[in-house]
Amino acid sequence: MSGVRLLVGTRKGAFVLTSDGSRDEWDVKGPLFAGWEIYHVNASPADPNRLYASQSSGWFGQILQRSDDGGQTWEPVGNEFAYDGVPGTHQWYDGTQHPWEFARVWHLEPSLTDPDTVFAGVEDAALFRSVDGGHTWQEHSGLRAHQTGEHWQPGAGGLCLHTILIHPDDPQRMVVAISAAGVFRTDDGGQTWRPINRGLRSQELPDEDREVGHCVHRIAMNPSRPDVLFMQKHWDVMRSDDGGESWHEVSGNLPSDFGFPIGVHAHEPDTVYVVPIKSDSEHVPPEGRLRVYRSRTGGNEWEALTRGLPQSHCYVNVLRDAMAVDGLDPCGVYFGTTGGQVYASSDAGDNWTPIVRDFPAVLSVEAQTLP
Amino acid sequence: MIRVALPHHLRALAGVDREVHLDVQAPPTQRAVLDALEASYPALRGTIRDHATAERRAFVRFFACGRDITLESADDPLPEAVQSGAEPFRVVGAMAGG
Repeated sequence: MSGVRLLVGTRKGAFVLTSDGSRDEWDVKGPLFAGWEIYHVNASPADPNRLYASQSSGWFGQILQRSDDGGQTWEPVGNEFAYDGVPGTHQWYDGTQHPWEFARVWHLEPSLTDPDTVFAGVEDAALFRSVDGGHTWQEHSGLRAHQTGEHWQPGAGGLCLHTILIHPDDPQRMVVAISAAGVFRTDDGGQTWRPINRGLRSQELPDEDREVGHCVHRIAMNPSRPDVLFMQKHWDVMRSDDGGESWHEVSGNLPSDFGFPIGVHAHEPDTVYVVPIKSDSEHVPPEGRLRVYRSRTGGNEWEALTRGLPQSHCYVNVLRDAMAVDGLDPCGVYFGTTGGQVYASSDAGDNWTPIVRDFPAVLSVEAQTLP
Repeated sequence: MIRVALPHHLRALAGVDREVHLDVQAPPTQRAVLDALEASYPALRGTIRDHATAERRAFVRFFACGRDITLESADDPLPEAVQSGAEPFRVVGAMAGG
């Protein structure tokens, strides 16, 4: 029977949770790198034993860890993220210009085909790539050098590049998302980039449909239909049917269209998951009820999934990288909360069970489907 | 021989569980000790000094003989007791927060 390995990043270390295909019992390993913030841990689709972890601290900066044995042992690899050339400036919160400064790696996205190739999305927003298993990193500076770059402004969490989607059939095409600049796409392997934000509207902006400046929180896709993208924006759940060329809103009957993560079912590309959050002022579930909302129609029509989730006095958040699906049938869905719970559903969201209840605040969850 | 005492997180990162002992060309200075430390333990590169600027990270401080020597010149000789190995050169994660 195949199994599942969850890679969980928290404010105080990383955890590896494993189960067989039943997903009933979980083995919990960790904390790894105890006391450090682990923004993201991710696995190579080409080699399930190759893992990468982003480890950081306000005192000692950024560390990149790599495992070649599925998380049993780790070694620090390269942690030098040098912007290409003279970094220049971007817009600061108050509208003044501010130098680009590396802060941390938010997201790691290994290549679909080569375990030694991995992309890193960083704050201040830039995309780096390593082709030697994380030992050295080079910036795809065509992104940051886009003519709009000097107008990019950080979101409340920083100017972070948090989403990296590699097209499964065309490795030259990638989509990245930056808070609060928006979505960008390359069709030439990262040499040149263009904003793809048509259809996004953000009331926070002076001209609400401008080319850049949108606070995109997360984008997800099903690899069987890579031109269909689903987005959780600051406010609004959005959908694109043309690889991001245009977007339309599919928030429909959600109780709030603010939120952070978004996920797509592994086998049903029109089944989408979000976790509505009351507002950008409060960052808690509406009415103190933690609900995942599922659409089986690609948006607009949403149903609340509540079985096993707290339906009173719940005031946790679910961060943008803290939801994942596995590839088993039925599809498993997982998410972690700022209250330290990791919830699992082995039936596509109908029923939920906490795997753990008392982790540090969860920053990220990835699900590996093991052979 | 220079003794270097690292904070818990950096000991874990370097894979050591006690003081580090380094051979440093005389006269040992902050810069020479940190250069030798990073050469012996490459995992510590970027954690004490910024990769890009080579400047001390903001929340890291250096102590010797019970004294905060953080703001002294990186090229000044370290105190005699550190040079002789009687006292360690201490790398400290500054207290921050409540």
